[in-house]
Amino acid sequence: MKEGKKILLEHIDVPGIEKIETFRACGGYQSVEKALTSMTEAEVVHEVITSGLRGRGGAGFQTGTKWNFLAKPEGVPRYLVCNADESEPGTFKDRYLMEKIPHLLIEGMIVSSYALGVNKAYIYIRGEYFYLYKILEKAIEEAYKAGWLGQNILNTKYNLDLYMHIGAGAYICGEETALLESLEGKRGNPRIKPPFPAVAGLYGCPTVVNNVETIAAVPYIVNHGGENYASFGTEKSTGTKLISASGHINKPGVYEIELGLPVEEFIYSDSYCGGIRNGNELKAVVAGGSSVPILPKHLILQTPDGQPRLMSYESLSEGGFAAGTMLGSGGFIVMDETASIVMNLHTFARFYHHESCGQCSPCREGTGWMEKILHKILDGHGTLADIDLLWDIQSKIEGKTICALGDAAAWPVASAIRHFRSEFEAYIKDPMAINKISHYNEKYKIAGTAI
Amino acid sequence: MHSQIKSSKGEMKEIRFSEATMVKVREIIARYPEGRHKSALIPVLHLAQAEFDGWLSPEVMQYVAEILSIQAIEVFEVASFYSMFNLQPRGKCLIEVCRTSSCWLNGAYDIISYIEKKLNIKVGETTPDGKYTLKAVECLGSCGTAPMLQVGDQYHENLTFEKVDELLENYQQGEKMSNYC
Amino acid sequence: MPEITIDGQKIEFNQGMTILEAARSKGGDLVPPTMCYYSKLKDTGGYCRTCIVKVEAESVKNPRALPKPVASCRTLAQDGMVVKNQTSPEVLEARAGVVEFLLINHPLDCPVCDQAGECSLQDLGYEHGKMDTRYEFKRREFEQRDIGDKIKLHMNRCILCYRCVKTAEQITDGRVHGVCSRGDVAEISTYIEQAIDNDFSGNVIDVCPVGALTDKTFRFKNRVWFTKPVDAHRECPKCSGKVRLWYKGEDILRVTARKDQYGEVEEWICNECRFEKKKTADWVIEGPSKVDKHSVISANHYLAPEMKNDLSMLILNPDAGNNPGSSPFSKEQE
Repeated sequence: MKEGKKILLEHIDVPGIEKIETFRACGGYQSVEKALTSMTEAEVVHEVITSGLRGRGGAGFQTGTKWNFLAKPEGVPRYLVCNADESEPGTFKDRYLMEKIPHLLIEGMIVSSYALGVNKAYIYIRGEYFYLYKILEKAIEEAYKAGWLGQNILNTKYNLDLYMHIGAGAYICGEETALLESLEGKRGNPRIKPPFPAVAGLYGCPTVVNNVETIAAVPYIVNHGGENYASFGTEKSTGTKLISASGHINKPGVYEIELGLPVEEFIYSDSYCGGIRNGNELKAVVAGGSSVPILPKHLILQTPDGQPRLMSYESLSEGGFAAGTMLGSGGFIVMDETASIVMNLHTFARFYHHESCGQCSPCREGTGWMEKILHKILDGHGTLADIDLLWDIQSKIEGKTICALGDAAAWPVASAIRHFRSEFEAYIKDPMAINKISHYNEKYKIAGTAI
Repeated sequence: MHSQIKSSKGEMKEIRFSEATMVKVREIIARYPEGRHKSALIPVLHLAQAEFDGWLSPEVMQYVAEILSIQAIEVFEVASFYSMFNLQPRGKCLIEVCRTSSCWLNGAYDIISYIEKKLNIKVGETTPDGKYTLKAVECLGSCGTAPMLQVGDQYHENLTFEKVDELLENYQQGEKMSNYC
Repeated sequence: MPEITIDGQKIEFNQGMTILEAARSKGGDLVPPTMCYYSKLKDTGGYCRTCIVKVEAESVKNPRALPKPVASCRTLAQDGMVVKNQTSPEVLEARAGVVEFLLINHPLDCPVCDQAGECSLQDLGYEHGKMDTRYEFKRREFEQRDIGDKIKLHMNRCILCYRCVKTAEQITDGRVHGVCSRGDVAEISTYIEQAIDNDFSGNVIDVCPVGALTDKTFRFKNRVWFTKPVDAHRECPKCSGKVRLWYKGEDILRVTARKDQYGEVEEWICNECRFEKKKTADWVIEGPSKVDKHSVISANHYLAPEMKNDLSMLILNPDAGNNPGSSPFSKEQE
């Protein structure tokens, strides 16, 4: 089977690639040389626009457009902040990238900073990834020593300081304005927008926040041109994407796919997930991290009109909320026939309850309420009316909150009920039924209640 | 005059960063623009937690406020927001088991109850000897290597009961915990 | 002048106004209710989501409808904007949802709450809520925290509007309280039960939309609707000295700032005026307060306006009255 194009992970298996010498020997930092010595800032931005690169953190917004929005008032510093606060359940691709090939991110930060006219940039990494913080600190130190960072880089008078900043355990800091608040030493409360960070971000200055994987794609785009990048993938989903595959599959891990790969191939091919563990049946997939709608087998493998579903922004969302989902962060969680959708949903509901910042009322109150109802159902005390109540609560959170966490908490609930209502009913009518398909219930009672 | 806290060994200890830590503190503050030293709060709280027995007492938070010239309430607001800051004393070895979706699908609850039985404590509790605290936490970004747990900054992945036995044995033997900062 | 349409009514507004400000400039039923927005403070609003409205057309330039409802207190009005508030069933349903969220963990202790009768949440629940609660779990409870001898904090009642935090930040010289923890256990707190104590700290009581921050000197003294508001002033070196006195018989039970029709403080007052001046002799009485429609005490049973001059006469010159030294209400009300 032909492997797809590798843009980010091309050199991932080269021994010692985490060291600057090896990285350099594999063509590392070429894009910095090219951009700083032969391209204007606008030309780099232009290539990124041409590439069609979309934000890899989850929202899928055009990176070039975001860069173009950056306000450039005279005498005001601008900032680039890399969002390495990867915390979306099911997602671990940035961790893999930073651990294996840290200099690719640093190279991307330098060339992106140059394009945006930034002289001070930060990488905000989640607190739990402290070991990665150390790896990146070391890589940054190497880059300074080699002259890729600091003053007068490549004798071009371009200066850039790059710093690490560590978080301390808060999913909400992956939301870009919460991340900026946190970087300013405050609680991770998302800001009310407008103003957007492009106008007033870090310290009130124009700021771009980009995901790790997005930044890491920029060196290739600079080296080979935006058109070359756009020649991979599909028209609306150009290039490649890292997919974090987990759950009931034979080969969990991070895969770089060319966007547009059929979902079926991704799940069953030995180049990727390698099929369902123990030869079991596929039941459902959460395709883009916990926030996106869960889809049952027939809808994840095929679009509503019977076409093969592809791993791309547009194909996964075909069918809208009724029958589609989203590519999101690429956190691909696969469930086989033994998995309880209700119990999985409970872990998501608990997660969002735990991670709500508490600023706005629908999310603060609604996420906890939904978790409590699911808990009640799992404890065997649910009623059929609880399903409708859950549905109503999620609909009153969705779209009514300051940031997208409200939607992220609502969609998994809505989609689980939409596609697996009968499973909720079965559970409520016969609470012991779950034990027939899953052995987790007793353990749930022990482990699911505390903290 | 700085306040004192009781160390894990029972002796009174003055709350003051070591000179080596102060060097780090200054280096961290220098990462942010002039006048934006509050940005250093979270990294400095990590240093404080590592240096003062793994948790942030009111006295420690007060000390951090003084170092950064901010109000104590600003420190408390932040320290109480982020889940990695402990506002209560905890065991020497903090075991954090991930239990969200992929980890749950792969038997995280089994791992949790196994550790509960083994240490004879429940989630959220500390062993009477003050050695272990068990916590169930949300997604740590290790879904492809589930189930997993974290001790200090170490990820322990693809857990089995045997692996849990082994790592607890190692910590029992006094293996140095790789800590934050 | 740019123009916005709210619930079918055209309103001219000044550039830079929010939808809510434009609505308030017109007044009436088209004004969205608010719980966290406060016009007298900077940078408030957006949290409670009570004031959400539907934008059917964003502007003349961009006449598209916005996909989600927006917080009217934080969204700028634009020329040609078309907004639906009361006329949108979708908005009313969403708002009923917000009310329900605000109420699920709010204790039903109105019978013993000093805010009862002038509580924004009561009004909101009455006007925009539903009859039943669907919440069947234990309501959230916080540990009691002492924040000083003048202000009582009842965290269980708090709806996290952030008004008191912004007040402390913007009108006092050093904020000692804030919002701690996160999510649905986030709470207002000082650092290790430090007292909130400075010349203007009492204003947090007035900005609190619910009974989370109340006046300890008024605690359990009386129901608000049995007390009678009178506007008064004094020469105060610290503040404007313009206050509202709340009488029961001849006693001043409570001193607050004066509030406008939206229940917002007109001018901040100092703690001395608020907590320490509780004798009629401390004040120059101006006359009975005009009380906002939201208050249960606004029922039409106060002095006729023409009495006002006689009243001030009465106070300024006690001998002019038949009953020297008595409260301005002693004759008419009893």
